Formats: sequence, C-alpha cells, structure tokens
Amino acid sequence: MDLTYTFEQQAFRAEVRAWMDAYVPKSPLEHYDATREGFEAHRAWEATLKSGDWGMVTWPTEYGGRGLDLIQWLIFEEEYYRAGAPGRVNQNGIFLLGPTLMEFGTPEQKARFLPPMASGDEIWAQAWSEPQAGSDLAGVRATAVRDGNDYLLSGHKIWSSRAAFADWAFGLFREPGSERHKGLSLIFFPLDAPGVTVNPIRKINGHVGFAELFLEDVRVPAFNRLGDEGQGWHICMATAGFERGLMLRSPARYQVAAAELAKLWQARGNSADPALEADVIRAFMNAEAYALSIYKTASALMTGSKIGPEASTNKIFWSELDIHLHRTALAILGAEAELLTEPGEHDWIDDYIFALAGPIYAGSNEIQRNIIAERMLGLPR
Amino acid sequence: MDFTLSEEQQMFAETARSLFADTCTPDHWRRLMEAGQSRDPARWQAIVETGFTQLLLPESAGGLGLGELDFALIAEAAGSVALPDPLVESAGIASPMLAALAPDHPALADPSATIAIQHPANPFVADADSAAAIILHRDGQAFVATRDQVRLMRRDSIDPFRRLFAVEWSEATPLGTGDWNLALDRGALFAAAQGLGLAQRAVDMGVAYAKERQQFGKPIGSYQAVKHHLASAQVAIEFARPVVYAAAAQIGQRDAFSQARISHAKIVALEAADQAARTSIQVHGAMGYSWEVDVHLFLKRALALTNCWGTPAFHRARVAERLFSRPAGPDQTFAREAA
Repeated sequence: MDLTYTFEQQAFRAEVRAWMDAYVPKSPLEHYDATREGFEAHRAWEATLKSGDWGMVTWPTEYGGRGLDLIQWLIFEEEYYRAGAPGRVNQNGIFLLGPTLMEFGTPEQKARFLPPMASGDEIWAQAWSEPQAGSDLAGVRATAVRDGNDYLLSGHKIWSSRAAFADWAFGLFREPGSERHKGLSLIFFPLDAPGVTVNPIRKINGHVGFAELFLEDVRVPAFNRLGDEGQGWHICMATAGFERGLMLRSPARYQVAAAELAKLWQARGNSADPALEADVIRAFMNAEAYALSIYKTASALMTGSKIGPEASTNKIFWSELDIHLHRTALAILGAEAELLTEPGEHDWIDDYIFALAGPIYAGSNEIQRNIIAERMLGLPR
Repeated sequence: MDFTLSEEQQMFAETARSLFADTCTPDHWRRLMEAGQSRDPARWQAIVETGFTQLLLPESAGGLGLGELDFALIAEAAGSVALPDPLVESAGIASPMLAALAPDHPALADPSATIAIQHPANPFVADADSAAAIILHRDGQAFVATRDQVRLMRRDSIDPFRRLFAVEWSEATPLGTGDWNLALDRGALFAAAQGLGLAQRAVDMGVAYAKERQQFGKPIGSYQAVKHHLASAQVAIEFARPVVYAAAAQIGQRDAFSQARISHAKIVALEAADQAARTSIQVHGAMGYSWEVDVHLFLKRALALTNCWGTPAFHRARVAERLFSRPAGPDQTFAREAA
C-alpha cells in the first residue's frame, strides 16, 4: 500500500487542472434535462472535452480515449468536479454502455459506436424499465422479432433517463414466447427511428429527465445486438455492475459537495447547534470513506480483481450519503431552504431533490440490500 | 498510488485469523469466563511464537520492524474472536512506546512479557495485573513501574475479558517526555481495526443463525426484513474498512490530515461494530439476548472500545479541526502537511 501519488500522477493532475481552468464554462449551463437548449449546450461541452482528448480517458485511443488507468481516471474525475465542469449528459453511454461494449462488443461494433459516444456526437438513453418490469427487470415484455438480418422491436419502455432529447437508446428485448431471464437480448435503437414514439415525463423538479417510449415494429439491424441472442440478462447485469460499482457516481462529486457544505456551515451555521455540526462532519467523513473505498476498488481492479456483488454496497452508500449531505445543507439554510436559487448560486434544494432519486434508480436500494444479503452474505432467496 | 495489501500482509493476516480461529473458540471463551481469566497460556504461547508481540519493535530490539498497517490486520483478526488476551494494547501501543523511551528495558527482551499503559485518554489501565511493566503518566512525563511499585484497584467491566484497574503510585522510574499523541493514535487505530473484526464476526453469526432458524416454514434469513438488517450492517463495515487501512498506512504523517483519518476510522469502525452487534442480537431474537449465544461478547467489546482511546466526541473534534482549518475537496483525499 502506498497512498501517495507518483510524479507522473501529479503531473497528470496538473495537466487536467490547467485544461479545465481554461475551458470549463465560467457560468453554469442550463441543465441538460431542463430544455433542448440545455441538452445541446451539454453536447457542445462534450465536443469541447473531445477536442482536449478528455472524452473518456480510460478507453483505448482507437475508440476515442487515452488508454489511461483507473487511478488516472479518478484523478481526472477529481479535477473535473473540482473545476465545477458541466454534468456528463452522455453518462448512460460513456459510463454504462461503453464499458459493457468494451467487454462484449465485436470489433466492428466498438468501432461503430464508441468513438461517437466519446465525442458526444451520439448521446445515449437507457431503455430497461417497463410499466410492469421495474425492480423485477426479468419481467420485461418488449419483444425483438427476428426478420432476416434485422429485428423488429415492439413494446413499451418507461423511466428512460435522457430519452427526451437523446439520439440512441439501449434496452432489453425478448424473443416472443420466452420467459423471465431467458430469451433476452440487449439491442440498440435510434430514438428517431420510424415506429418510436417518445413521450417526455416530468420529474419532481419539473425537468423532463426521463421519457416513456412506445415501439411499434421498429426495424434495426441485428448488428445492433450486443452479445449473443439470449445473452441479454447476463450483459445487463454486467452493465449494472459498472453502474453500481465504479463508474456512475464519482466520489469527487460528494467530496466537492461536502467541502461546500463545510463552507456553508462556517458562513451560515449556528455554532450553538452541535448536532448540526456533527452532521456536517459526518457528511465529510462519508464522502471521504466513499473516495477511499473507490481507490481500494480501483487498485484491486488494476491488479486483476473483478467487481462482485459488493458493488451493491457502493450504490447504497453514495445514495444515502447524498441525501444526508443535502438534508444537512437545507437544515443550515433554515427558513431559506425552500427558496428557488438564482443562477450561479449553489442549488442545494435542487441537488437535494435530485439526491432523492438515488435510492430508486440503478436498482432500488431494497434490491441492492437483497443482493448484498443473498450474494455477499449467502442468505437464502 | 496503490491501495492493496501486499502478499506478506495478507499472509500475516491469514496466519492471525487461523491461529485465533483455532485457539479462541466459544469453548475457550467459556472456560476463561468460568475461571475469571482473560489469558489462555497455550494460546498466548502460540501468539508469541508467531512474533506478533514484537511486530512493531525495531529489528535492533529483536522485533520484526513492521508497521501499523501490518499490526492493524492482526488487530482486526483479534477483533473477530473478541480476543481476551492483552495482545493489542501491549504489542500495538505499550511496547513500541517503551521501546522508544527505554530500548533496553528488560520487559522488551522477553517476547512473552506484556506491558500495560496508563494513558490520559483512559481512566483505567487494562491488564495491569499481569504486566511485566506498566507505563505511567504524570504531567506529560512517562514513567515505568513494576506491579509491586503500584497499587491496583480492579474495576469490573461488563466485558468479562477486560481486566481494568485504577492505578495509584508515587515512585516509578522516569522515562522523560512521552509521545502520548502517538500512543493515542495507535490506540484509536487498533481499536478501530478490532472494530472491523468484531463487526464482521457479529454479522457472520447473525447470517449463520438466520440460515438455520426456521419460522413460518422457512429460514428467517429468507425474509427481507432480516436480510436488510444484515445488509445494512455489512454496508457499514465495507465503508469503515478502507478508512481503517488508509489511517494505518498514513499514521506516520503525524499531521492534522492523518490524525483526522485515524479519528474517522475510530468513529466509523466502532459504529459498525455496535450496529453489527445489535443487528446480530436482533436477528437471533430471544436467543441473542441469552448468555449462551456469544453475540453479547461482541456487543460488550464494541461498547468498551467505542469509549476508550478517545471518545467519539473527542475524535469528531479532531475531524472538525481538519475539515474547518485545512483544505477539503477531491484533490485532498491523501493530503499531507507540507514539510
């Protein structure tokens, strides 16, 4: 164990910091879920990132990356959040589908899909849930009917994050007549393909963060299927592993928020409220613990380990720490907590509302606790 | 940057785990409790033979010259059996302190001898009655005494294996200014490491019982209410362990950052132990409330360790000192004070 950065790692941090100082927009962009303009402003930011070769630093160079290791990725993320850079509008692509494509895709699929993903030219939504298949994802009913070298996709997807404005979606579809975990395939489809209807759904903050999708005989080439026919469940679980394990929520995000919270406490806090101060300290410790855990995981992955069911502990921990941190901020703000913020102010209230989604998406925390109990602890199903 | 344990460290930890698993079974606990003892001579001999008692001593003093991370792994293993013997305080805190002040002290030359320590953070001295030497504290100065130079008054702990003593003394050998802060850091760190072991064992006991105990025709571990209790305890352990290991690796920094990390580790590892023990008792139901089921040993040890080597309030204040007076943020995770 050596918890110091090498000279090269320090130089890399300085390189990222200098670039972010020069290029991160000085005033925040409109949220990508708020309007089409906000979405496109974030796409333009992805192009700017790509111009600096920062699209997805861990990917091989031939797919638009830099071939960096996971410690460098963490350093990149730390500097990214430290600089207050815009949210990654393509996170469904670069953090979830991308790593899965890297593992299961053919060379042709990687060449076709990864570079425009890294550059933001193609922005991805996910299409997993259905009205009757949420936590019980193996209950999906949408079908993929083979027709020569194509599939015809039909069904009803819902809670598809980014789908209101995105270009592509990936989803689970089943062979007609198949049941549960069998007969599922992971298939990509353009959201503007004939037969796709996108109905935006407003979130509790008023943004159109997700959508429901109706598919009627949407024709896509079999080339758009990731992995073998019927392998969809297995691939989907691998994607969920990335989602819960390492990629989806950078510790840096919470470390920035915890540092801001400490400043808020120092500026606005009532020192006669030691319980609230204890919450500020707790939020800091939680963010630090999550960061240390991710460094431990990254180091283990670099020495050949795989992400296992313990990834589910991450998802519980970051989603709960996020809510606790923001509740603490609102408690410090007191009667002003409910006020909508002006542009440029730290938007504690909206970040709190966003945090409330954490225990629900990417597999609810109830499901995560089942996974921990059954696959880590070995309790019976 | 490398957050992995070396093969040698993993081997040491495995040696400790298997030694303790073999020599500190529930039968061993019961025999000691009936005898009112906290030391098992055969087990202590086995511990001495592994070199654990001299692990932190420099090689020049006949020790292994290893570091706090190595010892933390052994303390974690000790926690997983609620080890009754005074290994952690003697070998992890008192021996290296005495070695720094009086490298030629005869108690250091005998690997089977134990050393007790009176520290300003603790009102009582553990295992003073069996110690070959007792480090004493007065106005920042360190002294060393033998048992016959001090008056020991036993204070009974709810933890049957903790032998606590109030110590009165007037004459002892002066050792000069003691590094009480380092002793406190080691004490807090190794208490945290024991907390990890206590916590994991408590969860494991709860899991084993929940798999076996049937109600409504099914193992109670198949019910989500039970599963989620145990899963939550496991989450607490998973996010305490990296903090403890990082704290151990960074203890040598001796600055506000490393001290805050030790304090963080102490707080969350003992919280995890407390949560896990209470969860395990709840999962065991009425059995968990019985003396016969050993979970109570873990509850009691967690309770004791939570409040010695610095209370949670003391350690929270050290984290606050770091948070409010030093830079925080994602580039400060491994920060150190500029030399």
